[in-house]
Amino acid sequence: MLQKVIQEEKRAFMTGNEVVAWAALAARAEIMFGYPITPQNEIMHYWTRLAPKYGKSFLQTEDELSAGFAAAGGVMSGRKAFTATAGTGNILMQEPLSMAEMMRLPVVAVIQQRGGPSTATVIYSQQEVNLTTMGGNGEGLRIVYSTATHQELYDYTIKAFNTAWKYRFPTFVLGDGYQAKMREPLTLYDPEARGIQLVEQEPFVGQKGSPGKDRPPAQYRNTYNLEEELFEKLMSDVRDYEKIIPELAEFQSSGVEGAELAIVGHGVVFRAVREAVNVLREQGIKVCYFRPVTLRPLPVPQLKSLAGEVKKILIVESAYGQLARLVTEAVYGANAEIHTLFKPGVGITSGEVEARAREILQKPLH
Amino acid sequence: MSKAIKIMLAGEGGQGVQSVAEILAEAANEEGRQALYIPNFGVEQRGGVSLAFVQISDDPIGSPKFQTGDVVVALSDRAVYRTRQYVGPETTYIYDSGMQGAEGELPENAGRLLGIPAIEVAKKEFHPRVFNIVILGAIIGATDAITLKQARAAVEKKLGYKFAKEPSLRDLNFAALERGVGLVRTSPEPGVATRVNADSDGAGGKARAAESHVSSHSLTGGQS
Amino acid sequence: MQLQPAMPRSWRVDTKPHKFCPGCGHGLILKCLGQAVDELGIEDRVVYGCDIGCSLLSWDFFNLDTVQTHHGRTTPVMTGIKRARPELICIAYMGDGGGYSIGVQHLVSSVHRNEKITVVLANNTQYAMTGGQMAPTTLPGQKTETTPYGRDPEVTGFPFQGPEMVSAIAREGAYVARGSISNMRQLTGYLKKALVNQIEGNGFSFVEALSACPTNWRTNASETWSFIDKEMHGHFKTGEFKTPGSGQGEVRADE
Repeated sequence: MLQKVIQEEKRAFMTGNEVVAWAALAARAEIMFGYPITPQNEIMHYWTRLAPKYGKSFLQTEDELSAGFAAAGGVMSGRKAFTATAGTGNILMQEPLSMAEMMRLPVVAVIQQRGGPSTATVIYSQQEVNLTTMGGNGEGLRIVYSTATHQELYDYTIKAFNTAWKYRFPTFVLGDGYQAKMREPLTLYDPEARGIQLVEQEPFVGQKGSPGKDRPPAQYRNTYNLEEELFEKLMSDVRDYEKIIPELAEFQSSGVEGAELAIVGHGVVFRAVREAVNVLREQGIKVCYFRPVTLRPLPVPQLKSLAGEVKKILIVESAYGQLARLVTEAVYGANAEIHTLFKPGVGITSGEVEARAREILQKPLH
Repeated sequence: MSKAIKIMLAGEGGQGVQSVAEILAEAANEEGRQALYIPNFGVEQRGGVSLAFVQISDDPIGSPKFQTGDVVVALSDRAVYRTRQYVGPETTYIYDSGMQGAEGELPENAGRLLGIPAIEVAKKEFHPRVFNIVILGAIIGATDAITLKQARAAVEKKLGYKFAKEPSLRDLNFAALERGVGLVRTSPEPGVATRVNADSDGAGGKARAAESHVSSHSLTGGQS
Repeated sequence: MQLQPAMPRSWRVDTKPHKFCPGCGHGLILKCLGQAVDELGIEDRVVYGCDIGCSLLSWDFFNLDTVQTHHGRTTPVMTGIKRARPELICIAYMGDGGGYSIGVQHLVSSVHRNEKITVVLANNTQYAMTGGQMAPTTLPGQKTETTPYGRDPEVTGFPFQGPEMVSAIAREGAYVARGSISNMRQLTGYLKKALVNQIEGNGFSFVEALSACPTNWRTNASETWSFIDKEMHGHFKTGEFKTPGSGQGEVRADE
């Protein structure tokens, strides 16, 4: 019988990495493959402490290529497998995740962004947006949730397993070093006790019966001989993906109507954006916020309508234009002026967002 | 919307900066409030100045790190240099009055400069290792960020396993906590502290300061 | 009297004739592998993985559940399957480029961890699918597209000795052998023993098979066999390098 990991809801105060380990357990993940890289290490540390108590397993692989491909093997065998990485590890992870995209494998990967490019810092950034949304030699047929709080890290890690197994696209939870290492309160819960149905996993290979006799052999490839053959296969995936975008795309916004300036930010930066918007609105300044929760697929119609509603948009991120590129593409053709606040590899405070907004609106603080 | 209390601590490895930050945040969480604690971390596992950012609020907390602290605590001369950028006109700046070499470097722009003889008090009255608990008390005294009762519970939670082995440590830590509160509550007003400590290169100044705090002990006894 | 079937039972008839070039060694190795699977009667438990390179052409070769992966990455994919479902028999099939070059870290690490999977590696002394470039196994003086004047070992090293390396780092319980398509009875025996080793849960198992690539070698039938028997066998010794129960060889822990 399945053992419930969280018997009853409880408030916890822990680091984001610990949150991910608990969420993976609550989502009934079965096996993790990982390779050490800061700032995600403690996901493995907590998982390796908790997992044996619940009959789950872990393998520390020789690198992130192996972690990603072994996770692909794990899901193909019909087990909820996942991995976690960051930075240069995320670069290596793109190879297995490209295969997952091609073969529609429900691999879940948690990314705790660190500074880039190259080794850079082990601390924090939002510079892995390009890589996580569009890494690989394909079309980015994947789902990326960008979390802002520990509660979301818990909620969306659980959701990532469901999304991956329901739609069979690789699914990412995009956190960062701050979220990985900081402690804040959240509520741990059993998803089923809250009515969240956990999607059952099914094996791709190793199913019941003798292949060729009781059933056709299950054979999966990522190679195609003819352009037309690939085109047909890819377009079928693209159609699948586009069909589910309305179900998948998530966003959060407030105060759009009548606002002059919309401030757009994602992930942990959204916390500063929200605070700045609250402060400015208290002072009667007409600003609103818009936060894409899914960076892939992006909530494009909502962004378009936002750009029709406001005169100006301020895009704020701890990267040099990775979110901005996605947003400007989404709102292409709208009249709103685009402004930016880019601080690659550095945290952004509400004060900085507020100051930039005042500058744009020419409303200096006396 | 209530404003979050922003507390930043800095010190040398082994001074227990991260423990203080964690206890503060845990205690606030136990009170059912919003709390966020983040250490600074880098490739240096050892040897750098240890920084901790804590925020406590009744509303959702914004970015994990901040530009200006309501309270900034520096426990070593290196920490004084490292913390200057986080000080503003509204900042209460707490430092150990016994540290050498940083006197002229204290941030004069701070709203309030509180030099406290925490290291000396810990060493003379308790045990050098409860130094960080004295500091915890001082932060509570300066901010009322958490109640003393909750602080005791958080200390109990963090160190309970040690207390179980040696129960006398409990009283030692709790007394150090209250002593820390007292150090701040009876500290002179802005400017005075700076002067007192600027003069305190001789033993006389420190002795005076310590003396003036002895009587404060009973004052804070009823704080819980 | 029972006749040897023309095709192993575990082959898919509907995908034959196979996609390999005329004279290619892959078909022969996979015939031996198919026979080993047949004889052990494990077709409903096997997951067969193939790499990129010519081995990928076997993605629909067998009546077996199959995963075709990336160059060098079949080993970790099979590792993932085996770790998640230990009851399955996992076979990673690859070429010398996949196993000894781009994926060598996976081979080394899976040996080191004593993964209970079977790696079968075809050694044809060069990269075939990409058009005949030098491989780690290319013989000294052998001409390839990237060594048009012959491989100079001073510049690019001597032929990679796979089973020798694997057996040197393998733990007790591992099975390591090198066979050749010129002795299919022996090769089938090695493959069977390798699979038995996995079934019994002893440890890692590895079989290198000396193979042929007349297309890139630009050899006719007799030249092909002559290259295998005279040239390749001169550099690559066939036989069993490590069997379970043979101990740790010269490497012993201090008592």
